[in-house]
Amino acid sequence: MCAAPDQGTALPPNTDLTKETVLTGRVVADGQPVAGAFVRLLDSTGEFTAEVVSSATGGYRFFAAPGTWTVRALSRQGNGQTEVRPTGPGLYEAEVAVA
Amino acid sequence: MSRQDVLVTADWAEKNLGTDGIVFVEVDEDTTAYDGGHIPGAIKINWTTELQDQVRRDILTKEQFEQLLSAKGISNDDTVVLYGGNNNWFAAYAYWQFKLYGHEKLKLLDGGRKKWELDGRTLTTDVVERTPTTYKAKDPDNAIRAFRDEVVQAIGNKNLVDVRSPDEFSGKILAPAHLPQEQSQRPGHVPTAINIPWSKAANEDGTFKSDEELRQLYAEAGYDPNKPTIAYCRIGERSSHTWVVLHELLGYDDVKNYDGSWTEYGSLVGVPIETGAK
Repeated sequence: MCAAPDQGTALPPNTDLTKETVLTGRVVADGQPVAGAFVRLLDSTGEFTAEVVSSATGGYRFFAAPGTWTVRALSRQGNGQTEVRPTGPGLYEAEVAVA
Repeated sequence: MSRQDVLVTADWAEKNLGTDGIVFVEVDEDTTAYDGGHIPGAIKINWTTELQDQVRRDILTKEQFEQLLSAKGISNDDTVVLYGGNNNWFAAYAYWQFKLYGHEKLKLLDGGRKKWELDGRTLTTDVVERTPTTYKAKDPDNAIRAFRDEVVQAIGNKNLVDVRSPDEFSGKILAPAHLPQEQSQRPGHVPTAINIPWSKAANEDGTFKSDEELRQLYAEAGYDPNKPTIAYCRIGERSSHTWVVLHELLGYDDVKNYDGSWTEYGSLVGVPIETGAK
Protein backbone atom coordinates (compact mmCIF):
# COMPACT_ATOMS: atom_id res chain seq x y z
CA MET A 1 0.00 0.00 0.00
CA CYS A 2 1.94 2.97 -1.20
CA ALA A 3 0.34 5.25 -3.74
CA ALA A 4 -2.10 7.93 -2.68
CA PRO A 5 -5.46 6.26 -2.37
CA ASP A 6 -8.49 7.38 -4.38
CA GLN A 7 -10.51 9.81 -2.26
CA GLY A 8 -13.90 8.64 -3.54
CA THR A 9 -16.65 8.08 -1.02
CA ALA A 10 -16.55 4.28 -1.19
CA LEU A 11 -14.22 2.74 1.37
CA PRO A 12 -11.47 0.45 0.07
CA PRO A 13 -12.43 -3.24 0.10
CA ASN A 14 -11.58 -5.06 3.35
CA THR A 15 -11.77 -1.90 5.43
CA ASP A 16 -12.64 -3.29 8.86
CA LEU A 17 -14.69 -0.61 10.65
CA THR A 18 -14.51 -2.59 13.87
CA LYS A 19 -10.75 -1.86 13.82
CA GLU A 20 -10.20 1.23 11.64
CA THR A 21 -11.23 4.73 12.68
CA VAL A 22 -12.17 6.39 9.42
CA LEU A 23 -12.79 10.13 9.14
CA THR A 24 -14.59 11.15 5.99
CA GLY A 25 -16.75 13.92 4.53
CA ARG A 26 -16.85 16.68 1.96
CA VAL A 27 -15.26 20.07 1.47
CA VAL A 28 -17.91 22.63 0.51
CA ALA A 29 -18.11 26.31 -0.40
CA ASP A 30 -21.62 27.83 -0.26
CA GLY A 31 -22.96 24.28 -0.06
CA GLN A 32 -21.23 23.21 -3.29
CA PRO A 33 -18.53 20.51 -3.25
CA VAL A 34 -14.95 21.73 -3.70
CA ALA A 35 -12.77 19.37 -5.75
CA GLY A 36 -8.99 19.56 -5.52
CA ALA A 37 -8.86 21.11 -2.05
CA PHE A 38 -5.85 20.25 0.12
CA VAL A 39 -7.30 18.56 3.20
CA ARG A 40 -4.99 18.34 6.20
CA LEU A 41 -5.50 16.21 9.29
CA LEU A 42 -4.08 17.86 12.42
CA ASP A 43 -3.80 16.11 15.79
CA SER A 44 -5.02 17.44 19.14
CA THR A 45 -1.92 19.65 19.46
CA GLY A 46 -2.42 21.12 15.98
CA GLU A 47 0.44 19.04 14.62
CA PHE A 48 0.19 17.97 10.98
CA THR A 49 -0.61 14.29 10.52
CA ALA A 50 -1.64 13.74 6.90
CA GLU A 51 -2.88 15.48 3.78
CA VAL A 52 -5.08 14.40 0.88
CA VAL A 53 -6.61 16.13 -2.13
CA SER A 54 -10.42 16.18 -2.21
CA SER A 55 -12.15 14.16 -4.93
CA ALA A 56 -14.32 15.45 -7.78
CA THR A 57 -17.25 15.45 -5.35
CA GLY A 58 -15.26 17.18 -2.59
CA GLY A 59 -14.69 13.97 -0.65
CA TYR A 60 -11.81 13.25 1.72
CA ARG A 61 -10.90 10.28 3.91
CA PHE A 62 -8.40 9.59 6.67
CA PHE A 63 -7.50 6.49 8.62
CA ALA A 64 -6.96 7.85 12.11
CA ALA A 65 -7.50 6.74 15.70
CA PRO A 66 -9.85 7.72 18.53
CA GLY A 67 -9.09 11.22 19.83
CA THR A 68 -9.53 14.85 18.87
CA TRP A 69 -8.66 15.86 15.33
CA THR A 70 -8.90 18.97 13.19
CA VAL A 71 -9.67 18.58 9.50
CA ARG A 72 -8.42 21.71 7.73
CA ALA A 73 -8.97 22.46 4.03
CA LEU A 74 -7.03 24.87 1.79
CA SER A 75 -8.47 25.81 -1.59
CA ARG A 76 -8.69 28.51 -4.23
CA GLN A 77 -12.10 29.37 -2.74
CA GLY A 78 -10.61 29.87 0.72
CA ASN A 79 -9.73 27.87 3.80
CA GLY A 80 -11.74 26.32 6.62
CA GLN A 81 -11.62 23.68 9.32
CA THR A 82 -13.71 21.53 11.61
CA GLU A 83 -13.09 19.36 14.66
CA VAL A 84 -13.84 15.62 14.77
CA ARG A 85 -13.83 13.51 17.95
CA PRO A 86 -13.98 9.80 17.20
CA THR A 87 -14.53 7.79 20.38
CA GLY A 88 -13.70 4.38 18.94
CA PRO A 89 -13.34 2.51 15.64
CA GLY A 90 -15.97 3.27 12.99
CA LEU A 91 -16.90 5.78 10.32
CA TYR A 92 -17.08 9.47 11.28
CA GLU A 93 -18.43 12.05 8.84
CA ALA A 94 -17.74 15.78 8.92
CA GLU A 95 -18.26 18.53 6.38
CA VAL A 96 -15.58 21.21 6.04
CA ALA A 97 -16.83 24.61 4.84
CA VAL A 98 -14.29 26.89 3.17
CA ALA A 99 -14.73 30.60 2.55
CA MET B 1 24.75 23.79 -1.13
CA SER B 2 22.34 26.43 -0.01
CA ARG B 3 18.76 27.45 -0.60
CA GLN B 4 19.34 29.58 -3.72
CA ASP B 5 21.24 26.71 -5.40
CA VAL B 6 18.40 24.31 -4.77
CA LEU B 7 14.99 25.94 -4.74
CA VAL B 8 13.18 27.85 -7.45
CA THR B 9 10.01 29.85 -6.86
CA ALA B 10 6.76 29.42 -8.76
CA ASP B 11 7.37 32.89 -10.30
CA TRP B 12 10.78 31.79 -11.57
CA ALA B 13 9.29 28.58 -12.93
CA GLU B 14 6.50 30.41 -14.74
CA LYS B 15 9.05 32.73 -16.41
CA ASN B 16 11.20 29.79 -17.50
CA LEU B 17 8.56 27.50 -19.00
CA GLY B 18 9.62 26.45 -22.47
CA THR B 19 13.23 27.59 -22.00
CA ASP B 20 15.73 25.39 -23.80
CA GLY B 21 17.87 23.39 -21.40
CA ILE B 22 15.31 23.50 -18.57
CA VAL B 23 13.18 20.40 -18.09
CA PHE B 24 10.28 20.39 -15.64
CA VAL B 25 9.58 16.94 -14.20
CA GLU B 26 6.52 16.07 -12.12
CA VAL B 27 6.70 13.23 -9.59
CA ASP B 28 3.58 12.64 -7.50
CA GLU B 29 2.53 10.33 -4.72
CA ASP B 30 -0.79 10.10 -6.58
CA THR B 31 0.62 8.87 -9.89
CA THR B 32 -2.52 9.98 -11.79
CA ALA B 33 -2.25 13.66 -10.76
CA TYR B 34 -0.12 14.63 -13.77
CA ASP B 35 -2.67 13.28 -16.22
CA GLY B 36 -5.37 15.55 -14.79
CA GLY B 37 -3.24 18.63 -15.47
CA HIS B 38 0.45 19.52 -15.20
CA ILE B 39 2.75 22.51 -15.54
CA PRO B 40 2.99 23.37 -19.25
CA GLY B 41 5.87 21.46 -20.86
CA ALA B 42 6.50 19.26 -17.82
CA ILE B 43 7.08 15.55 -18.23
CA LYS B 44 6.09 12.87 -15.73
CA ILE B 45 8.06 10.27 -13.84
CA ASN B 46 6.01 7.59 -12.11
CA TRP B 47 7.79 6.77 -8.83
CA THR B 48 6.18 3.34 -8.46
CA THR B 49 7.06 2.03 -11.91
CA GLU B 50 10.02 4.20 -12.99
CA LEU B 51 12.04 5.14 -9.88
CA GLN B 52 12.43 1.70 -8.38
CA ASP B 53 13.47 -1.72 -9.56
CA GLN B 54 10.37 -3.69 -10.49
CA VAL B 55 11.62 -7.02 -9.10
CA ARG B 56 14.02 -6.47 -6.20
CA ARG B 57 13.23 -3.93 -3.52
CA ASP B 58 15.72 -1.22 -4.49
CA ILE B 59 16.09 2.09 -6.26
CA LEU B 60 17.16 2.04 -9.91
CA THR B 61 20.57 0.74 -10.88
CA LYS B 62 22.89 3.14 -12.69
CA GLU B 63 21.99 1.50 -16.01
CA GLN B 64 18.26 1.72 -15.30
CA PHE B 65 18.64 5.39 -14.33
CA GLU B 66 20.48 6.07 -17.61
CA GLN B 67 17.76 4.30 -19.58
CA LEU B 68 15.02 6.25 -17.81
CA LEU B 69 16.56 9.69 -18.37
CA SER B 70 17.51 8.85 -21.95
CA ALA B 71 13.94 7.75 -22.71
CA LYS B 72 12.53 10.89 -21.04
CA GLY B 73 14.71 13.10 -23.22
CA ILE B 74 16.82 14.52 -20.40
CA SER B 75 20.46 15.41 -21.18
CA ASN B 76 23.36 15.55 -18.76
CA ASP B 77 23.54 19.33 -19.25
CA ASP B 78 19.84 20.03 -18.70
CA THR B 79 18.63 21.88 -15.65
CA VAL B 80 16.01 19.56 -14.16
CA VAL B 81 13.29 21.22 -12.07
CA LEU B 82 11.44 18.65 -9.99
CA TYR B 83 8.03 19.27 -8.47
CA GLY B 84 5.11 17.23 -7.25
CA GLY B 85 2.07 16.89 -5.07
CA ASN B 86 1.85 16.21 -1.36
CA ASN B 87 4.39 18.89 -0.41
CA ASN B 88 7.02 17.57 -2.81
CA TRP B 89 7.47 14.24 -0.96
CA PHE B 90 8.13 12.23 -4.09
CA ALA B 91 9.76 15.10 -5.96
CA ALA B 92 12.25 15.20 -3.07
CA TYR B 93 12.69 11.43 -3.36
CA ALA B 94 13.42 11.84 -7.08
CA TYR B 95 15.74 14.76 -6.28
CA TRP B 96 17.74 12.54 -3.91
CA GLN B 97 17.97 9.78 -6.52
CA PHE B 98 19.04 12.24 -9.27
CA LYS B 99 21.74 13.51 -6.87
CA LEU B 100 22.81 9.96 -6.07
CA TYR B 101 23.50 9.37 -9.77
CA GLY B 102 25.32 12.67 -10.13
CA HIS B 103 22.92 14.91 -12.03
CA GLU B 104 24.44 18.35 -11.57
CA LYS B 105 21.90 20.98 -12.49
CA LEU B 106 19.03 20.08 -10.25
CA LYS B 107 16.30 22.24 -8.69
CA LEU B 108 13.18 21.73 -6.63
CA LEU B 109 10.11 23.92 -7.17
CA ASP B 110 9.36 25.37 -3.71
CA GLY B 111 5.79 24.47 -2.74
CA GLY B 112 5.43 22.02 -5.61
CA ARG B 113 2.03 21.37 -7.13
CA LYS B 114 0.15 22.59 -4.09
CA LYS B 115 1.44 26.16 -4.16
CA TRP B 116 1.14 26.21 -7.96
CA GLU B 117 -2.54 25.21 -7.69
CA LEU B 118 -3.34 27.49 -4.75
CA ASP B 119 -1.81 30.38 -6.72
CA GLY B 120 -4.18 29.51 -9.58
CA ARG B 121 -1.37 29.09 -12.09
CA THR B 122 -1.85 27.33 -15.41
CA LEU B 123 -2.12 23.55 -15.62
CA THR B 124 -2.56 21.75 -18.92
CA THR B 125 -3.31 18.23 -20.14
CA ASP B 126 -1.24 18.75 -23.32
CA VAL B 127 0.87 15.75 -24.26
CA VAL B 128 4.57 16.55 -23.89
CA GLU B 129 7.09 14.74 -26.07
CA ARG B 130 10.85 15.07 -25.89
CA THR B 131 13.46 13.56 -28.18
CA PRO B 132 15.32 10.67 -26.51
CA THR B 133 18.91 11.34 -25.41
CA THR B 134 21.92 9.27 -24.42
CA TYR B 135 22.21 10.00 -20.72
CA LYS B 136 25.34 9.02 -18.79
CA ALA B 137 24.96 8.62 -15.03
CA LYS B 138 27.79 8.61 -12.48
CA ASP B 139 28.37 5.77 -10.05
CA PRO B 140 25.98 6.00 -7.10
CA ASP B 141 27.15 8.42 -4.42
CA ASN B 142 26.57 6.29 -1.34
CA ALA B 143 27.73 9.17 0.86
CA ILE B 144 24.07 10.24 0.75
CA ARG B 145 22.50 6.78 1.10
CA ALA B 146 22.36 4.72 4.30
CA PHE B 147 21.93 0.96 4.45
CA ARG B 148 20.50 -1.08 7.32
CA ASP B 149 23.77 -2.09 9.02
CA GLU B 150 24.88 1.55 9.21
CA VAL B 151 21.61 2.40 10.90
CA VAL B 152 22.15 -0.21 13.60
CA GLN B 153 25.74 1.02 14.06
CA ALA B 154 24.53 4.62 14.29
CA ILE B 155 22.48 3.93 17.42
CA GLY B 156 23.79 6.14 20.19
CA ASN B 157 26.42 7.96 18.14
CA LYS B 158 24.94 9.63 15.03
CA ASN B 159 21.90 11.83 14.62
CA LEU B 160 19.10 9.43 13.76
CA VAL B 161 16.23 11.57 12.57
CA ASP B 162 12.87 9.85 12.38
CA VAL B 163 10.69 12.14 10.28
CA ARG B 164 7.41 10.23 10.60
CA SER B 165 4.43 11.55 12.54
CA PRO B 166 4.57 11.30 16.36
CA ASP B 167 2.05 8.43 16.35
CA GLU B 168 4.16 6.42 13.91
CA PHE B 169 7.28 7.18 15.96
CA SER B 170 5.72 6.01 19.22
CA GLY B 171 4.38 2.87 17.57
CA LYS B 172 0.68 3.75 17.87
CA ILE B 173 0.19 3.50 14.09
CA LEU B 174 2.27 1.96 11.29
CA ALA B 175 1.55 4.22 8.31
CA PRO B 176 0.55 7.82 7.69
CA ALA B 177 -3.10 8.50 8.48
CA HIS B 178 -4.21 8.73 4.86
CA LEU B 179 -3.22 5.09 4.29
CA PRO B 180 -4.75 1.90 5.68
CA GLN B 181 -2.85 0.45 8.60
CA GLU B 182 -2.34 -3.13 7.44
CA GLN B 183 1.41 -3.71 7.78
CA SER B 184 3.54 -6.66 8.78
CA GLN B 185 6.48 -5.01 10.51
CA ARG B 186 6.86 -4.19 14.20
CA PRO B 187 5.88 -0.66 15.30
CA GLY B 188 8.28 1.75 16.98
CA HIS B 189 11.52 3.54 16.14
CA VAL B 190 15.29 3.07 16.10
CA PRO B 191 16.61 3.56 19.66
CA THR B 192 18.11 7.04 20.25
CA ALA B 193 16.33 8.48 17.21
CA ILE B 194 14.87 11.94 17.56
CA ASN B 195 11.43 12.58 16.10
CA ILE B 196 11.22 15.64 13.86
CA PRO B 197 8.25 15.13 11.54
CA TRP B 198 9.03 16.25 7.98
CA SER B 199 5.93 18.43 8.09
CA LYS B 200 7.53 20.74 10.66
CA ALA B 201 9.97 21.79 7.94
CA ALA B 202 7.18 22.89 5.60
CA ASN B 203 4.70 25.74 5.60
CA GLU B 204 1.01 25.05 5.07
CA ASP B 205 1.32 25.90 1.35
CA GLY B 206 4.06 23.30 0.89
CA THR B 207 7.02 25.72 0.73
CA PHE B 208 10.03 25.10 2.96
CA LYS B 209 10.37 27.18 6.13
CA SER B 210 13.18 29.74 6.31
CA ASP B 211 16.74 28.63 7.10
CA GLU B 212 16.45 30.40 10.44
CA GLU B 213 13.24 28.56 11.38
CA LEU B 214 14.70 25.25 10.21
CA ARG B 215 17.93 25.59 12.21
CA GLN B 216 15.92 26.43 15.30
CA LEU B 217 13.53 23.51 14.71
CA TYR B 218 16.32 20.94 14.57
CA ALA B 219 18.32 22.49 17.41
CA GLU B 220 15.31 22.44 19.72
CA ALA B 221 14.71 18.76 18.94
CA GLY B 222 18.25 17.85 20.00
CA TYR B 223 19.88 17.69 16.57
CA ASP B 224 23.68 17.95 16.78
CA PRO B 225 25.00 19.67 13.61
CA ASN B 226 28.52 18.39 14.34
CA LYS B 227 27.54 14.72 14.03
CA PRO B 228 26.79 12.65 10.92
CA THR B 229 23.10 12.12 10.30
CA ILE B 230 20.80 9.40 9.00
CA ALA B 231 17.20 10.34 8.21
CA TYR B 232 14.46 7.76 7.79
CA CYS B 233 10.69 7.45 7.57
CA ARG B 234 8.51 4.56 6.37
CA ILE B 235 9.60 4.03 2.76
CA GLY B 236 12.22 6.75 2.25
CA GLU B 237 10.25 9.54 0.58
CA ARG B 238 9.40 11.78 3.54
CA SER B 239 13.00 11.38 4.74
CA SER B 240 14.13 12.59 1.30
CA HIS B 241 12.23 15.80 2.08
CA THR B 242 14.21 16.13 5.33
CA TRP B 243 17.43 15.11 3.54
CA VAL B 244 16.86 18.06 1.19
CA VAL B 245 16.43 20.34 4.21
CA LEU B 246 19.52 19.17 6.10
CA HIS B 247 21.95 18.50 3.25
CA GLU B 248 20.82 20.89 0.53
CA LEU B 249 19.20 23.86 2.28
CA LEU B 250 21.11 24.01 5.57
CA GLY B 251 24.27 22.59 4.02
CA TYR B 252 25.18 19.99 6.66
CA ASP B 253 27.86 17.74 5.14
CA ASP B 254 27.34 14.18 6.24
CA VAL B 255 23.63 13.45 5.87
CA LYS B 256 22.28 10.18 4.51
CA ASN B 257 18.81 9.10 3.54
CA TYR B 258 17.91 5.58 4.69
CA ASP B 259 15.51 4.60 1.93
CA GLY B 260 14.92 1.14 3.42
CA SER B 261 13.37 3.06 6.32
CA TRP B 262 10.86 1.57 8.74
CA THR B 263 9.43 -0.98 6.31
CA GLU B 264 12.90 -2.56 6.26
CA TYR B 265 14.10 -1.83 9.80
CA GLY B 266 10.81 -2.84 11.43
CA SER B 267 10.98 -6.19 9.61
CA LEU B 268 14.58 -7.09 10.57
CA VAL B 269 15.04 -10.00 12.95
CA GLY B 270 16.78 -9.17 16.19
CA VAL B 271 17.47 -5.43 15.84
CA PRO B 272 16.71 -3.17 18.79
CA ILE B 273 13.42 -1.25 18.69
CA GLU B 274 12.13 1.38 21.05
CA THR B 275 8.46 2.28 21.46
CA GLY B 276 6.69 5.19 23.10
CA ALA B 277 6.95 8.94 22.68
CA LYS B 278 9.94 11.07 23.62
